[in-house]
Amino acid sequence: MTGANSFQVSGYGPERAGWTRLFARDSLARRLDWPILLSALALSLLGTLLVYSATRNRTELNQGDQYYFLVRHLLNTGIGFALMAGTVWLGHRTLRTAVPILYGVSVFLILLVLTPLGSTINGAHSWIKLPGGFSLQPSEFVKVTIILGMAMLLATRVDAGDKQYPDHRTVVQALGLAAVPMLIVLLMPDLGSVMVMVVIVLGVLLASGASNRWVFGLIGAGTIGAITVWQLGVLDDYQIARFAAFANPELDPAGVGYNTNQARIAIGSGGLMGAGLFHGSQTTGQFVPEQQTDFVFTVAGEELGFVGGGLIIVLLGVILWRACRIARETTELYGTIVAAGIVAWFAFQAFENIGMTLGIMPVTGLPLPFVSYGGSSMFAVWVAVGLLQSIRVQRPMSA
Amino acid sequence: MTNIPETGRTPRVQIRLVVIQILVLSLLGTLGGRLWYLQIREGDAYAKEASGNHVQQVVQPAVRGSILDARGVALADNETRLVVSASRTDLLKMPDDGKAVLTKLAGVLGMKPKEVMEKVRLCDAETPQPCWNGSPYQPIPITDEATPKQALQIRERAEDFPGITAEPQALRRYPSPGEANTAQVLGYLSPVTDEELQQAQDTDSPYLRSDQVGRSGLERQYDKQLRGKAGVTRYEVDNLGRVIGQAKADPAEPGSNLVTSIDARVQRVAEYELNDAMKKARDVWDRNTGEKYKADSGAVVVMEAKTGRIVAMASNPTYDPNAWVGGISAKDYKKLTGKSSNYPLLNRAIQGQSAPGSVFKVIPTAAAVNAGYSFDGPYQCSSSYSIGGQVFKNFESKGYGPISLGRALEVSCDTVFYRLAHEEWKRDGGTKPKKNANDWFYKTAHQFGLGAETGIDLPNEVTGRVPDRQWKQDYWKANKGAWCKYGKKDGSYAEKIAYENCLEGNRMRAGDSVNYSIGQGDTLVTPIQMATIYAAISNGGTLYNPTVGKAVISADGKAVREIEPKAHGKLPMSRQTLAQMDEALEGVATRGTAAWRFANDGWPQDKIPMHAKTGTAEVYGKQTTSWFATYTKDYAIVMTISQGGTGSGASGPAVRNIYDALYGVADDGTIDKKNALLPKPQKSLPKVRTDGTITSPKVSKDPAKEQRASQKDETAPDEQQLAGTVASPTPENRDTRRRRRRNRGRGSRRMLT
Repeated sequence: MTGANSFQVSGYGPERAGWTRLFARDSLARRLDWPILLSALALSLLGTLLVYSATRNRTELNQGDQYYFLVRHLLNTGIGFALMAGTVWLGHRTLRTAVPILYGVSVFLILLVLTPLGSTINGAHSWIKLPGGFSLQPSEFVKVTIILGMAMLLATRVDAGDKQYPDHRTVVQALGLAAVPMLIVLLMPDLGSVMVMVVIVLGVLLASGASNRWVFGLIGAGTIGAITVWQLGVLDDYQIARFAAFANPELDPAGVGYNTNQARIAIGSGGLMGAGLFHGSQTTGQFVPEQQTDFVFTVAGEELGFVGGGLIIVLLGVILWRACRIARETTELYGTIVAAGIVAWFAFQAFENIGMTLGIMPVTGLPLPFVSYGGSSMFAVWVAVGLLQSIRVQRPMSA
Repeated sequence: MTNIPETGRTPRVQIRLVVIQILVLSLLGTLGGRLWYLQIREGDAYAKEASGNHVQQVVQPAVRGSILDARGVALADNETRLVVSASRTDLLKMPDDGKAVLTKLAGVLGMKPKEVMEKVRLCDAETPQPCWNGSPYQPIPITDEATPKQALQIRERAEDFPGITAEPQALRRYPSPGEANTAQVLGYLSPVTDEELQQAQDTDSPYLRSDQVGRSGLERQYDKQLRGKAGVTRYEVDNLGRVIGQAKADPAEPGSNLVTSIDARVQRVAEYELNDAMKKARDVWDRNTGEKYKADSGAVVVMEAKTGRIVAMASNPTYDPNAWVGGISAKDYKKLTGKSSNYPLLNRAIQGQSAPGSVFKVIPTAAAVNAGYSFDGPYQCSSSYSIGGQVFKNFESKGYGPISLGRALEVSCDTVFYRLAHEEWKRDGGTKPKKNANDWFYKTAHQFGLGAETGIDLPNEVTGRVPDRQWKQDYWKANKGAWCKYGKKDGSYAEKIAYENCLEGNRMRAGDSVNYSIGQGDTLVTPIQMATIYAAISNGGTLYNPTVGKAVISADGKAVREIEPKAHGKLPMSRQTLAQMDEALEGVATRGTAAWRFANDGWPQDKIPMHAKTGTAEVYGKQTTSWFATYTKDYAIVMTISQGGTGSGASGPAVRNIYDALYGVADDGTIDKKNALLPKPQKSLPKVRTDGTITSPKVSKDPAKEQRASQKDETAPDEQQLAGTVASPTPENRDTRRRRRRNRGRGSRRMLT
């Protein structure tokens, strides 16, 4: 931080220094990636409205308080924002030293889920119940720690200048690091999260410059693994049914195909401008299950139409575009890998989530980043935004 | 390290990052494209589906209008009953298709489980009644006679009876005022079928799934007016069916009331007398067949002569129209449609056709005058008439010498008409007809309205048949194949007939025209046709379309649409001929074949001039059909009894009793106005008040029995006389044309058909 000029510009007393420094030329504020920050904020606030629209009539969920979910979503956004600020404040480099601890904690948490402390929601045993009606979904945090852990392993020797690319041993170590929590999550079973993690691993490996053999090997192994999982019947019936319903939504319109069918009707009926916020009949009539979480995009599609749905996609696009730029422009491989991992995470999760509501992807329980209701997810994505900002803010130091 | 650029990027990583970026953006592009496809391209279809998702219709059935008699007495109305019904859709969702629930329900209702299950199965080609003929999505009524206790049992334990409802419903009721059941005229209702639902979808009176549709009689003819319009409220509902808003509401419009010209009391008398006459006929010995008369069916029509309105119309055998209410039981359905019960659903007054016998003779009389013969004659009434060696005898082979056409009607002389018909047949060219054959006898029959519907406001009227040359040709064409296959020149009697028919069945032979001239052979008429004709003779020659409906009055009584009598023709007779015929028909009642029922039996002919014609028609292989056609200046009454005996013998007392009831005539000829049910046709319409109630007079428990009681002294001798006279007919009983002969001539063979 070269803040020398800012003192002159501001002319305020030293007690205001932190505040003014924030907006000085070349200051932290000036170097923040505002498009990402604003898009993330816009998505979170839009999400607040959509979650409110989806839940204000669901008395069985909101305990009679129609603002229950609205307030909590705002609260989550606030906490997420604070977590982001903290991450930026600490800086990703400082965090790098804490990665082993963070990784250890997150693995410990997902192991806790497998103990009687964990609870099951919608067939997946992925939650830890906390006192006060809160619950935690540690697999969301594992996504972050996998990225950080792999980045640390793969980038250390390259950033030190010892190697141009990570060697095979490092790659194996990194894969092992990712495999442990992935296996645990697979046991929950939370197939959606595992799929996201696989894509994250792929993105991380690509960005690390690991040899092509690893990349294609991993894709091949993933494919074979998927087939094996299918054939061995590791999947629960509900998971197979969801995939079957994806292939043919008319199969059982009252059963597993119901979600996809109603979601598509909701979105399709929105048209160009939508029915207007709080005026969607599908949403008001609660025809789409899980509408405040996994199917939150249907609210946008029905009530805000193509314009609203398109806006969400564009805002996500802005975040991803800027994140890609950050990955390309940072000088350290560590930062590049972390940014690329986040891109892979956000991109796949958003594509899978919106894609399933549009009927082009199978139904899995994944939240839409920033928009879906859910604390753990909200915190994790905002931490990721903090990491992206930190990478961008700290870039000049390597210069 | 030297080839690491300033940004710290190796080209490999840089390229891969670009690939990732492109991949990510194409994923988002895919989402955008799909979103456009769903919302913009297919948006309308999904919008429609969404609205179907969340709109529920609640139907409030319209109350069906009542059917009233001329004075406002309800012949059909509605009553509230506790109806237990089952939803098929809910039952089929259960693992055992609801068997357990239905069995439990049967226990509560005190029915057999089998009975209940049969009621909820759907009708198809292989499923016998009882079965549900309506929409499978409509709750199916299991009983409409649930007690409040049973209904409570079901409603309080709703969780034990999923898919079963017990609710009060307005049900059709046929109250039979004064025991008049009027079954065939009223008709019946049954649930709307899927097919009808679809057909009526885009018309101005679409059906609802819950609708009951009139299937016959007035219920069918005036279905649209009676049905009204069901109210539909459309609610927006959520996924659990909870109402979140009201979209649209059309209130129910109750159906209109139909005022008929039927008088419930006269109807009762007519039904009672018809049934009584048939019962008595069954005790009478038929000399020709060597057994008692079967009297298997009969009909009577009481018509207002000046308007064609129906005051009473009875058909026997009959049934209880209430059997259809709330779904018909298997036993009842079998009974109503079976041969053993002789099809009581048929309204024989408009759907029963048979040879008219001598009541037909007014037509050849008019035809002869039109053909140029003088009414006064004289014409030879010989005991028999022979054509080419074939002998056609007069009734009882009795001759009357030279007489006028009027006298020929009075004494029902067949040979007079044989001769005239034969002459005309010859003039028209015989078996090789001239190009411009006059065919007076056939043309006149058509002009009298035979061979065509009278246009009564009841469905499925039959036309009868005038066996003219055209018909013979058509009939031969249709049956030639079968005749030629079956016929043998030297075979049995039937085979010989078929052989002859095969060769020349298309020709009008002399015997055909002669038989036709006295209403025999292939001639077929319905009672309503005869009533229309005799009413026309009474009113000066106007053939009215008979009507049962007199007015349609809206439920609040504000809108009244009267149904005006319409005419469909004039009798082809001059005023003078009509007057002469009228006089002759009066002669039948005073000194002819019906005198023993009227003038000679205390009828006040001077006060109420009675006109009559008797008929006894022969049907091949059956006993004779009794016909009796009568009229006064206000009414025409026609009665017929199949296999019942002679015209005045079997039907005479019944018709006389109906007149006695109408005018309040005692057997000694005194007229007591107090006993008269309807000395003048009812003119004014009953009043429907704005609240829907109807002012109507009280009808006593059984007008027929009361009428009989008022003449108690005469009942016994009447019966004696009937039995006695038919066994050995008095000279006046001239209604019978001829008896079966041992040696059958060609002419009589025509009766085969």
